[in-house]
Amino acid sequence: MKSMALGWTSLGRAVALAGCLLTVEVGMASADVLDDIAKKGVIKIGIFQDFPPFASLSADLKVQGYDTEIADKIAQAVGAKAELVGITGQNRIPYLTEGKVDMLLSIGYSDERAKVVTFTDPYAPYYISVMGPSELDVKGAGDLKGKTIAVNRGTLEDTEATKVAPEGADIQRYNDYNGVISAFLSGQAQLMVVGNDVGATILAKNPTIKPVEKFQLLTSPSHMGVKKGETRLRDKLNTVIAGMKKDGSLNELALKWLKQPLPKDF
Amino acid sequence: MGYEFDFSAIIDNLGLLLHGAGVTLGLTAVATACGIALSIGGAAASRWGAGWARRAITAYVELIRNTPFIVQLFFIFFGLPSLGLRLSALQASVLAMTVNLTAYCIEIVRAGIEAVPAGQREASLALGLGPVFIFFKIVLPQALANVYPALVSQIIITMLESAVVSQIAVTDLTHVADFIQSRTYRAFETYFAITLIYLLMAISLRWMFDRAGRRLFIGRH
Repeated sequence: MKSMALGWTSLGRAVALAGCLLTVEVGMASADVLDDIAKKGVIKIGIFQDFPPFASLSADLKVQGYDTEIADKIAQAVGAKAELVGITGQNRIPYLTEGKVDMLLSIGYSDERAKVVTFTDPYAPYYISVMGPSELDVKGAGDLKGKTIAVNRGTLEDTEATKVAPEGADIQRYNDYNGVISAFLSGQAQLMVVGNDVGATILAKNPTIKPVEKFQLLTSPSHMGVKKGETRLRDKLNTVIAGMKKDGSLNELALKWLKQPLPKDF
Repeated sequence: MGYEFDFSAIIDNLGLLLHGAGVTLGLTAVATACGIALSIGGAAASRWGAGWARRAITAYVELIRNTPFIVQLFFIFFGLPSLGLRLSALQASVLAMTVNLTAYCIEIVRAGIEAVPAGQREASLALGLGPVFIFFKIVLPQALANVYPALVSQIIITMLESAVVSQIAVTDLTHVADFIQSRTYRAFETYFAITLIYLLMAISLRWMFDRAGRRLFIGRH
């Protein structure tokens, strides 16, 4: 019984491996994606539609944000029209590998993903930080003692904050970001731990208590992703990113959408 | 290949669960003490009070009984700070539970008072007893005896509904369960365990109140 199960697994592995090899070969054989884009005059860019401030539906039902402006720059650089394709966290990698999109925005690096995705340089900061009003003196994890800190329960923010918080820090765990934000804005929690995306969304609403970054807990910048092996497109995108860093337009985007300048080491 | 049950997450976190159960019981105890006392006053006022007092109590009862508890809680915790009243999560929970329980209990106690035959009061007046003495010594004990089971049910409902305070990060039993679940991903085991704990607490409370009731209202029913 056991050996048979093993047999099936090995067979499955062999098929999967053959499939991989086949895909790679097909990829090599077909024309380069960058050439396809130039020929069709369209670059299909996978983008979230509900990920403010990177990309979300605005009042006039157009997707807008940091990522859409990046998409415009990319389209300019490759001399094609940008076609924004709505994706979700679950379907975006298959969309990329199956060629439904030419590239993805807002993808964090992981070794797992690197097996099927070729990553560009980072183009947007993404990090989790402790935020609080400017008058509150908090510089590091040690200062959290005796403070009330709102987090979204079970998220990375929760586990990271729990890891670094000293004895005597009061971590309040809410069900969703709404609870975290409400607790902070009503003064029920002195500090909150959120990603810079949530932080910027709050700042964009001009709250009475303005949250300021106190210190960062975890950073995982956003990259662009292309199909594994599409190095020419990746190099092209890297030049776009490098250009935007150099002429300061990337920093302008960060100030406009993320309400914070790019981190110094970015 | 089915789901493999693993209750070690519960055993490892037994201390937390007990803490949560303690918070739930503590909240219920304070809310019950305040709520019953206030509802006796409220019921008396709605029976014999001035016109404006009766209207105010009716408005209060209708307002609370026709809005969700979670909305009342959020209003107190997240809303009142805008008016300058900032209560801690625990204070807000006790207040919300008391306000909620009082509204329901006013109606229950009022029904109990109305069920006491008018002759009891008239006879007491004829004997020259004072109205305050009559209320506390003659009418109220009979009124409470009439509606005691309904009051106990309402207290238990309040305890069970207090699970909602986990939403404002009070570490009650439900909050503790959510916490354990988010760390261990053992949803079935966690919620199964707190279901048992809630059930046990509710049954014990009812048993306790029943025994106490038999002593308090001896020979009355």
